[in-house]
Amino acid sequence: MTTTLYTSDHEWLDIDGDVATVGITDYAQQQLGDVVFVELPKVGRALKKTEAAAVVESVKAASDVYAPISGEVLEVNQAVVDEPALVNSDAAGKAWFFKIKIADKSELGGLMDEAAYKAHTA
Amino acid sequence: MLACDDKNSLRRTPLYGLHVSLGGKMVPFAGYEMPVQYPAGVLKEHLHTRSSAGLFDVSHMGQIALRSKSGTVEDAARALERLVPQDIVALAPGRQRYAQFTNADGGILDDLMVANFGNHLFLVVNAACKAEDEAHLRAHLTEGCIIDSLTERALIALQGPKAEAVLAKLCAEAPSMKFMDAGPRKVDGIDCFVSRSGYTGEDGYEISVPAADAERLAKALLANSEVLPIGLGARDSLRLEAGLCLYGHDIDTATTPVEAALEWSVQKSRRTGGARAGGFPGAQKILAHFDQGASRRRVGLRAEGRAPVREGALLFADATTTEAVGTVTSGGFGPSLNAPVAMGYVPTAQSALGTKLFAEVRGQRLPLTVAAMPFVKNTYKR
Repeated sequence: MTTTLYTSDHEWLDIDGDVATVGITDYAQQQLGDVVFVELPKVGRALKKTEAAAVVESVKAASDVYAPISGEVLEVNQAVVDEPALVNSDAAGKAWFFKIKIADKSELGGLMDEAAYKAHTA
Repeated sequence: MLACDDKNSLRRTPLYGLHVSLGGKMVPFAGYEMPVQYPAGVLKEHLHTRSSAGLFDVSHMGQIALRSKSGTVEDAARALERLVPQDIVALAPGRQRYAQFTNADGGILDDLMVANFGNHLFLVVNAACKAEDEAHLRAHLTEGCIIDSLTERALIALQGPKAEAVLAKLCAEAPSMKFMDAGPRKVDGIDCFVSRSGYTGEDGYEISVPAADAERLAKALLANSEVLPIGLGARDSLRLEAGLCLYGHDIDTATTPVEAALEWSVQKSRRTGGARAGGFPGAQKILAHFDQGASRRRVGLRAEGRAPVREGALLFADATTTEAVGTVTSGGFGPSLNAPVAMGYVPTAQSALGTKLFAEVRGQRLPLTVAAMPFVKNTYKR
């Protein structure tokens, strides 16, 4: 059983125990347009909340993806590096970016649930 | 470049309503609300233009009629030659050519198209510069010329391999026009100015149409299944792949036409030893650049990886030196090449094709190679 949370910067987190899977939202991919390049953090990197963790680029512009919470990068999704268009076709699924070991569960308190995120993007 | 982007003061082209009805995502650009993309998206719009045909609203650009008070186009051409390093006098009736307004330092105030319409010249200038360009023309040419800003006209570009067949349905003369032919033509019964030219590297046309008829003409063109509306996003990636300069980025008041690798646009008659050598602003510096070479040059750049190298990225001779040798002036992802493309300025010694350079992107040095432009072969009907 996982819980999905959202940031105001349009990232989603699937929380499963002490591991969070992070991606960008469908709303974010629509705003970006056609994604042509994704750069992910190295496995083992210790991310601090709000630091730039990944980069997603459309034809026109580059955007940073921020670490929504602090923790160590456990795994990255090479499929989205090899096929950046996955971000447009399946942002909330196959196009996950990285998995992070949650360092401080209290940081989850500042994130939104789906209803709050929907209101945020309305 | 992007002067006057305050939302309240933004202007709209005669096709604004059409853009909105087509789902265009409107953004501020050069003082106008313009579509950056439509629902198809930048990638599909770009590829569709290269494989079929795309319709672009470029009505934000300035259209100016330049007439001599004497009534002859030769006198208007001689007058304009005082402001541009191009040969306008030899530009035949019905023909168009690429030009630059230069300043006293040899820099570029704007780039433009100049067409000879038989009894006067027709100029198309960049949106962000059009007020300054008009003032510049008035300041220098008022004595002998009448400068008429054609503000009641829209400008539509139809670009791509299917453009000829599509326009032929509305303008029987379109197929017989050659690249850079230009002049008044009837299109669907409307009095237009048509040129066979564009900003994508593809064959195609640019059509100046009275504002009141613009939406009807655009809709008639879009009624063809081959034609999709194309926004500014794809316009930029198309011109970048075609190696064409964007004013305010790849060329500006600090770059001479020689530094910008635009020597081809300056005819021999205006160079040292030519029949009308010099006589334009900055001639001393520009001709010295022709004769002795410039110290830097605009080049094309291809990356080895997939990370786009964008405007402002610093260029280095190797992976470790701290002193930059140049800067990227335009860069992004080329959808037709499925790879990053860029252009920028480097020292002339490092401008030869195949030269290895590095761009700094997010703290990393990415390898680049100086590459020939256009990146995508152009398909002009010469």
